Amino acid sequence: MSLRVQAIGPACTVQDLGRSGYLDRGLSRSGAADVLALYEGAALLGQSPDLAQLEMAGLGGTFEATQGLRFALTGAPMQATIDGATIAWNASHSLEPGQTLVIGAAMQGNYGYLHLGGGIDTTPFLGSRSTHLTANIGAAIQAGDVLPMGPDKGEAGKKLRPDNRFSGGLLRIVSSFQTELFDQSTLDRFTATTFQRGARANRMGMQLESDGAGFAAKGQLNILSEVITPGDIQMTGTGNPFILLPECQTTGGYPRIATVLPCDMPRAVQTPAGARVQFEFVSLDQALAADTAFRSELMRLPRRIEDLVRDPHDIPDLLSYQLISGMISATE
Amino acid sequence: MTGTKTFPRIRSVGLDGALVTFADTMTEASNRAAIAFRYAVETLNWDGVIETSASLASTYLRFDPQVLPHEDVLERLRQMLERQDWYGAPLPKGRKLWHVPTVYGTDLAPQLDEAADAAGLSPKEAIHRLSQSRVRVLTIGFAPGQPYLGPLGPEFNIPRQKELTPMVPRGALVLAISQFVLFAGPTPTGWRHVGQTGFQCFRPDHADSFSLAPGDEVIFTSVTRDEYDSLQTDAMGGAVFEEITS
Repeated sequence: MSLRVQAIGPACTVQDLGRSGYLDRGLSRSGAADVLALYEGAALLGQSPDLAQLEMAGLGGTFEATQGLRFALTGAPMQATIDGATIAWNASHSLEPGQTLVIGAAMQGNYGYLHLGGGIDTTPFLGSRSTHLTANIGAAIQAGDVLPMGPDKGEAGKKLRPDNRFSGGLLRIVSSFQTELFDQSTLDRFTATTFQRGARANRMGMQLESDGAGFAAKGQLNILSEVITPGDIQMTGTGNPFILLPECQTTGGYPRIATVLPCDMPRAVQTPAGARVQFEFVSLDQALAADTAFRSELMRLPRRIEDLVRDPHDIPDLLSYQLISGMISATE
Repeated sequence: MTGTKTFPRIRSVGLDGALVTFADTMTEASNRAAIAFRYAVETLNWDGVIETSASLASTYLRFDPQVLPHEDVLERLRQMLERQDWYGAPLPKGRKLWHVPTVYGTDLAPQLDEAADAAGLSPKEAIHRLSQSRVRVLTIGFAPGQPYLGPLGPEFNIPRQKELTPMVPRGALVLAISQFVLFAGPTPTGWRHVGQTGFQCFRPDHADSFSLAPGDEVIFTSVTRDEYDSLQTDAMGGAVFEEITS
C-alpha cells in the first residue's frame, strides 16, 4: 500500500511522536509540532498515535491513491478536495484507486496533518520515523515520492470537533532554571506584553515581536551553555523571544526566561504570523494539573468521534458544490 | 537567591526536568562531576526517567512527573549529592580514546598562526602542545554528535573572534576558551580554525551513528598535508580508537 505524491508544498515531512534518548549525543527529539493533531488523527482512524504521518507546514500537496485507502485530516485546516469535490477537515475519508486528493494552503494555523490508515511505514532511525531536517535525518517530501503505508483495516467517514487552537492566545509558562537571571520588573513586563508572532518560524523555533525594549538577562553574554528543551522561551542577544520547537538545538548560551507547558504547545506552534500571544506564569502544581487534564483529553479523543454526515457544517465551502446537478449522492 | 553561588545546585527545568549544576564555569572537576553523576543516575534506572544528559558542568534529567513526582526526584538527587564527592569521582568505564590525524595550519586550517599568536606561542610550539594534548569530550551539542573538547592549557584561553568565519568544513578543529570543537558539518563559527581532520561525528546511515560519547578522550595527532590527503580514502580520515581500560 502506498500513496503517490504528485505535487507537494516546500515543508512537508514525515513525523511521529519523536525520538527520545539522544540528547547527550546532541540530537533533539523532533516529532510532530502539534502533538494533539497526531492524537486526533489516530482517534479518527481508530489506530495508534505512535504511527508516523505527514506534517504539512502551510501548504499540502496532490496525492494519488494506487490502491483504495483511508485517511484523516487534522491540525491547521486546509482546503481539501477529492477529484475536485471539497471534503471536510477534522474527518476521515476513503480514497479509491486513481482518485486524487488535493490539499491546499492553510486557512488558519500553520501545521496540517495527513494521516494514513496504517501510518507511513518508512524505515525507523533510532526508534523513530521523524524527519529532523537540521540534523539531516530524512528529508522534506518531494514530488514523485511514494509514501509507503503500514497494514490497515477500518472505517472512514468519521469526524471530530477540534478545539480551536489556530489563532494564538494565552500560553501558560512555568519558570525554569534560568528564569532567576531576569529581574522581577523584566518578568512583569514580559507577562504584561502582548506579542505578535513574527515572520521567522520553522521547526526549530518561532519568533515573537513586541514594541518597546527587549527582555535581557543579567550577564546575558557570559552564561555557560546549558541544556535546551522544546517549549523554552529563549532571548536572543537583543532580548527578543523565540519559542523553541521540536528541532531546537540541545544546548545553547542564550538565556531562557521560562518554558511553555507541553499542553499549550499545540496552540503555540499553530499561531500564525501576526497573531497575538501572551504569557502567564503558573505554579508547578497548576502546570501538573493542566498536564494531567491534557493527557486525559488525549485518551478521551476516541470517544468524541462522530459519524460524518452531510451536515452543512461539515462542508467547508457549500457554494463550491453543484447541489442541483446531483454530484453528491446520498450514499457518499 | 541569585546572589548565592553554592554548588552543586538542583533546579527544575520546565515541567519535566531537573538540572544538577556543579559550577557556573567549565573546569576539569565540574565537567568530571557532571559526567560521573549522569552515569550514576543512568545506572540507577529510576522508573519515570525518560532521558539524561551531561552538559559542560551539569547533569540533566527528563522525567515523567506523573510517574516520578518532582519532590521525589529532588530528594533522590540530594541524597546522591551527599553520598560522595562528585568533583573527584572516577569517570565511567567503557570510554574510548581516539587518535585523530590532524593537519594543523596550511590552507586547510588557516587560523593556526593567529591562534598561536593569541596564545603567545610560536606556531611550531602551538602545534606541538595541541597535538600532545589528550582532551576529553566535555559535552556534545549544538549539532548531532558534535563534541566540545578540553580542557586545553590556560595559554589557549583565547577569546572567540568578534566576526564570524562564514564557513568552515566538516571535520574542522576550532579553538577558543581552552576548548576545541570538532565540527560535525559545514558551519559558520566565531572560533579559530586551527586544524583539519577527516573525522565524521555523525553518520545517520551508519549502525553506530554517533562516533563520540561524553567522557571519551581524543588526541589530535599532527600529520603532514600529504599524509592527511592519503588518509581521506578512509571514511573517518584515518582516525582509530582504543578502549580506555584504567
